[in-house]
Order: sequence, then structure tokens, then C-alpha cells
Amino acid sequence: MVFGRSEPGEPPLVTTKILIAGGFGVGKTTMVGSISEIRPLRTEEPLTDRGVGVDDVSGVERKSTTTVAMDFGRITLTDRLVLYLFGTPGQERFWFMWDELALGALGAVVIADTRRLTDSFPSIDYFERRGTPFVVAVNCFDGAERHRAEDIAIALDLDPGVPVLLCDVRQRESSKEVLISLVEHVLSWSETEPGPAGAAAPAG
Amino acid sequence: MVRPYAMVRGRTRPRGESFDLISVVAATGERPGDRLRYSPEHARILRRCANPVSVVDLASEIALPLGVVRVLLGDLRDQGLVAVVATIQPVGDRPNRGVLREVLNGLRAL
Repeated sequence: MVFGRSEPGEPPLVTTKILIAGGFGVGKTTMVGSISEIRPLRTEEPLTDRGVGVDDVSGVERKSTTTVAMDFGRITLTDRLVLYLFGTPGQERFWFMWDELALGALGAVVIADTRRLTDSFPSIDYFERRGTPFVVAVNCFDGAERHRAEDIAIALDLDPGVPVLLCDVRQRESSKEVLISLVEHVLSWSETEPGPAGAAAPAG
Repeated sequence: MVRPYAMVRGRTRPRGESFDLISVVAATGERPGDRLRYSPEHARILRRCANPVSVVDLASEIALPLGVVRVLLGDLRDQGLVAVVATIQPVGDRPNRGVLREVLNGLRAL
């Protein structure tokens, strides 16, 4: 990404980010890849003594170095505004990284697979606890049984108002709709928020 | 092969404030003179910062771990060679409504 030079009087450069969360192998990297203008990039974050391994099933062997790979994608919205997508590390021992990723994030998408709904509980718990607005995107894999969004919301015990969308994260348009729904949700959510610091979700 | 953390002599975080993943950094235009005696990696980062770039893009492009890039950026900042380009600060922990609307319009236009 090459930003324009910052000249006096020009609007400032703004970067913002959305987190893409969900269980292992649910389609986080696929979603980032379907809408990012760059191939999902991986960057390595060093670990101390927290364990080894990456959230990827594509043959990335366990490594002897203590790093964790982190997926990110980029969408240039205007020449002054860039949106980053970060796939959250899927394993619980990497949760210390979530705090940095979540800081200042616009919101989050929790991808769910109806065959393994419980895999999305930790992500949902995390964002509820942190007060980060999120939507649930149910990835409709081939052969996955179709469920009504309302039933999934009940199964996930979501607060009223949390959008549940059926999607196919391989499709750019579908991923785009999910992101649009998230931003709309955040806009309506912050209207009802008590204050700017608003750590708690509106009482449901 | 040089192990990444050898480049930064084992330091794992920059002096002073750390660099957010999506902060945009840019060279100040200050000439390095002989201040850049540290390493070729400092020089590479400084060159890449001739145009504003986010920290995460920078780390990815020059293929160094984020932690290392942050330490090297910190060195460059200490020397006044690189600065964080001002971005709109989020209200509280989140982007303000103007930014949210701009993101929404931008996504719809994709």
C-alpha cells in the first residue's frame, strides 16, 4: 500500500480494522482472501513461552521457532482510508494477541459452522466480554445443513440485535455483505451506547 | 542466516510507545547522516518509509517479524528519522462515526 504524501490541509490518513474470528478451519483465511485486494498476507508475531504452532491446516508443519502466523488483508476504500482485516489466531493459547488486535477495532465478524457451532462460543464470549460489536456469519459450506438465522441466534444465545447472516465466505460479494452488515450494526449500536467508552453492550 | 532477534540485539520492544499494527509511519525527510550505523535492516525500513506505510504492511513487505520491525522503527524514531503520521484517533476504543460512515460508503462502492 502506498499512501499519498501527507500535505498540509489534506484530510489525514485513516486506517481502521475489522477482526475475523471463529473456530479452527471455519473459513477465516478464506474470507480475508475473498475480499482483500492483496493475497492474504501472513506476518509472524514472536511468542515468548506460550506455545508453538499456527492456525492453519494447509500443511504448515509445527516449527521449532516460537512464532505465530497472523493473517491479514487490506481493502483500500479511498486514497485516504484503508480497512485492514485480521484473522484472529484460532487457538486459545494465542488469546493474548487478541487484545492487541481488538484494540481500536471497528468490530468483528465471528464465522460459524453449523456443524460445529460450539467452536464459535469462545469468540462470541470474548467480544461480548470486551464490548466489541460483532456479527455472526454462518458459513454455508457445501452439504452443510441449512438453518434459519433465528434458530442459530437462539442456539448461540446471542443478545437481541446481534445480526446473524448466512453467507459463503468464498464469494467476494457475500463477504462484502457481511462487512457492510457489521458496519451498519456498529453504527446503530453506537447510537444506543451510553457513552464513548461504553464497554458494555446495550442491555438486552 | 541471521536470526531476527539478533538484528535487534535481543530487544523485544521499542523504547517509548509501541507502534500499533495499523499505525501509518513515514520518513521525516531528515537525512540519516552517519546515524544509521546500526544495520542494513534500519536502512531498508527507512527507504520503505519514504512513502507512508502501515506497520503491518511494512513488516509483511520486508518479511521481518512485527516485533523486530517495531524495535527497528523505534530506533529510527529516536533518531528523528521516522514518525507516526497523524491519523484520526478513535473515540474511546473505536473509530468515530464519520469514519464508520466513510467505511460503509467505501464498502458499498466496492
